[in-house]
Amino acid sequence: MPEPLHTLLPRLRAICGEDGVITDTARRRTYESDGITYHAALPGVVVLPTSTAQVAAVLGLCAEHGVPFVPRGAGTGLSAGALPHTEGVLVVTSRMRSILEIDIANERAVVQPGVANLDITRAAAPHGYYYAPDPSSQQVCSVGGNIAENSGGAHCLKYGFTVNHVLGLEVVTPAGEVVRLGGKAADAPGYDLLGAFIGSEGTLGVATEITVRLMRAPQKVRTLLAAFETMDAGGAAVSAIIAAGVLPAAVEMMDALSIEAAEAAVACGYPSGAGAVLIVELDGPAADVDAQFEEVAALCRAEGAFEIRTASDAAERARIWKGRKSAFAAVGRISPAYIVQDGVVPRTALPEVLRRIAELSAESGIRVANVFHAGDGNLHPLVLFDDAEPGAPERAAEVSGAILDLCIEHGGSITGEHGVGVDKACHMPEMFTPADLETMDLFRGAFDPAGIANPEKLLPTPRLCGERPGVRKGVHPLVERGAAEQF
Amino acid sequence: MREATTTTLSERLGAGGAAVREGTAADSVHGRVPRLVAAPPDTAAAAALLAAAHHHRLASVARGNGTAIGWGAPPLRCDLVVDTTALTGIEHAAGDLVVRAGAGTPLAELREHLARAGQRLTLDPLVPGGTVGGAVATGLSGPRRMAHGPLRDLVIGMTVVRADGVAASSGGRVVKNVAGYDLGKLHTGALGTLGLITSVTFRLHPVPPALRLVSAEAPDAAVLQEWTARVLRSAAVPAAVELRWPAGGPPRLEVLLEGSEGGIDARAAEVAALLTAPETADTPPPGWGALPGADRDTLLKITAPVANAAQAARDVRAAARAEHTEAAVGGSAGAGVLYAAVPAAADPAAVAGVVARARDALAGAGGSVTVARTAPGLAGADLDRWGPVGGLGLMRAVKDRFDPHRLLSPGRGPGGI
Repeated sequence: MPEPLHTLLPRLRAICGEDGVITDTARRRTYESDGITYHAALPGVVVLPTSTAQVAAVLGLCAEHGVPFVPRGAGTGLSAGALPHTEGVLVVTSRMRSILEIDIANERAVVQPGVANLDITRAAAPHGYYYAPDPSSQQVCSVGGNIAENSGGAHCLKYGFTVNHVLGLEVVTPAGEVVRLGGKAADAPGYDLLGAFIGSEGTLGVATEITVRLMRAPQKVRTLLAAFETMDAGGAAVSAIIAAGVLPAAVEMMDALSIEAAEAAVACGYPSGAGAVLIVELDGPAADVDAQFEEVAALCRAEGAFEIRTASDAAERARIWKGRKSAFAAVGRISPAYIVQDGVVPRTALPEVLRRIAELSAESGIRVANVFHAGDGNLHPLVLFDDAEPGAPERAAEVSGAILDLCIEHGGSITGEHGVGVDKACHMPEMFTPADLETMDLFRGAFDPAGIANPEKLLPTPRLCGERPGVRKGVHPLVERGAAEQF
Repeated sequence: MREATTTTLSERLGAGGAAVREGTAADSVHGRVPRLVAAPPDTAAAAALLAAAHHHRLASVARGNGTAIGWGAPPLRCDLVVDTTALTGIEHAAGDLVVRAGAGTPLAELREHLARAGQRLTLDPLVPGGTVGGAVATGLSGPRRMAHGPLRDLVIGMTVVRADGVAASSGGRVVKNVAGYDLGKLHTGALGTLGLITSVTFRLHPVPPALRLVSAEAPDAAVLQEWTARVLRSAAVPAAVELRWPAGGPPRLEVLLEGSEGGIDARAAEVAALLTAPETADTPPPGWGALPGADRDTLLKITAPVANAAQAARDVRAAARAEHTEAAVGGSAGAGVLYAAVPAAADPAAVAGVVARARDALAGAGGSVTVARTAPGLAGADLDRWGPVGGLGLMRAVKDRFDPHRLLSPGRGPGGI
């Protein structure tokens, strides 16, 4: 252990207790990576605080000694945003998992950062309410982590991201100060630091108490699956739905290769011979949902859907979603290794970008399966390769990088929901000018002048940019354990 | 260098393409007449203009059509008014439900443009005649914020010129984007104290085919609150739940529903059944959702948890009566964000008293009372416009980084930043 950390240990133990400080190498190794296991580093020391006061004391100590810290929730992030610092303190929020208040009269919940996303909905459901942001790892991912990444999910087309649902934060700054931003009321006076903090990937401090908006559960939910011969036809149906003024809760699309993988893994029974499958979900007042549902089905037929299945109860919905939700894991079963990419294009550019991805695939001999949030243009291409084949990992990484380039060329983004972290920091200069990045760094410096809050994440540094984007092998451990779904 | 003559200064400020002229009384900001007024035609010219202003340490105030020039505190200095009205342009990607608009684009022009494609920016301008930049800088969100979020939720990208003349963008042109800090949020509502907004990219919504406004007069605040709770608990999914409480009359609750023709009447009936003596209309009346009171009134912004919104309205009215004046209240009961208008004729001590009493009354509930706009006669009054501001130290740190010489609307921002 580095010397500066060693001298802090007695004080860290005084703050978090003996069992709240982990120094043992084998136990520290548990935390060496988050969901993107390609990036790994042994944390200098791991602390498990239980209160805001403990987090403030730990961060104050880090500030006093110039020691870097990295916040970590459940570790489900997919951009190495919680990659530990070998000479720093890893602040893990897993012991801060109390739901402090479910306030139905004000449609708010107040929770600690380590609470799992889905647990808010579980607590609100008996009152007829739910928490809208639904990243696919929602069974295990922490709300604090969702704030760091500004996580979305299949339903953010209609309901937005974490930032649209958080009204208040108690934050410990990198100086160890406790600051309240917002609360149960909207529009706190002054600059919208709350909005800018969300999605800051742990570089501005640690959120220790979170006030979120609860939403009334929709009166009705209906789900439709439409099978098309080609991706172009499926894409045209999506355009027609949006052009008709319908705002579905979710619009998801899968190509032939991902359907094949899902079929092999979970026998989801999607229509055979489909070159593309579209899943559309509508929710809201029953009368509106029914009227729009018929319209969506008609539009899909008009664009060439050869089979349409509908679901109106939970069991039927689950059957339709099964293939889509298992697609990532399924791909892990048909390919020795793969890279999962997260990029966004304007929705209208989807047909062109998908064609270019197919060309890249044909030219390189690297298969690419496409599973994505079609409604908002968020692509999740899965770049498949055999890591035992000489040169294949490099070619896969090239294809993966080229797909991000395509996203930027078409006016999109290098990440729609996974964050920049370490994994994509080197791509930031492709999307933003030096002046843009310098301005972001000015903002970061206002919170963290000493540069100790999750250093070397989000904004590019020369050291990081010598590294390659992440490669994954097989099925993710969390998925293997049945603790998470990836999609 | 810094003691340049007005002519030399004009030439230097205009070197990047901005049209520069001397300031007149008509350009005054809270009574301060600027030495110069400059209108840059694009972001590059705006960057050159602010770089030159920075070099000469001129304090700048941004102005679109001027409808929000009275918002915030008076700037401590105002050497240069940056007129944004030439920063126009609309790039509408209809298929992507996204538009990029120059800061000087009139909101009315943008609305007409989008309507031709059956789309809208769900902003509900509360003040007629404003520009995109003015709306964003004041961060004013109207009734439909309840369903679609406040204005900042509609902003997905922004280009801003910093105090030192560097142009920088954040966000982008796609709704789903988590790359980098979302600095657009920071500039929304910052009253131009952190940068000059030159263009904004917004997410759009389709114009819904059907609309109903169900409204009813309530006997008192308690009933108003009860109705609000019932509507929020219903399955009707309102786009807006507004409270209107004119100075001389009883309060009304107005529930706006939007959706498909096939379902709207059933939803309107469901809401109507929750109220007493409801009226239902197919269109909102002209001026619906506008700010309460008259143009020159002092305007307070009141926020409260939704279960306390009607109570907060009552408290502010009681505070006004205690100061021998009155307050008209209106705004989103469903989002807990209200505005109260205190007559322009009220003296400074009375306004300060209303603010202090309202803050005391609301303190327990966890809301806020700020002075959004002062009546012209109160520009120089000694008012605590902001009250307690959470995170003020961090806000000062951000201002220090973005504008270390305090050249952008100094004093106009939170806590006198």
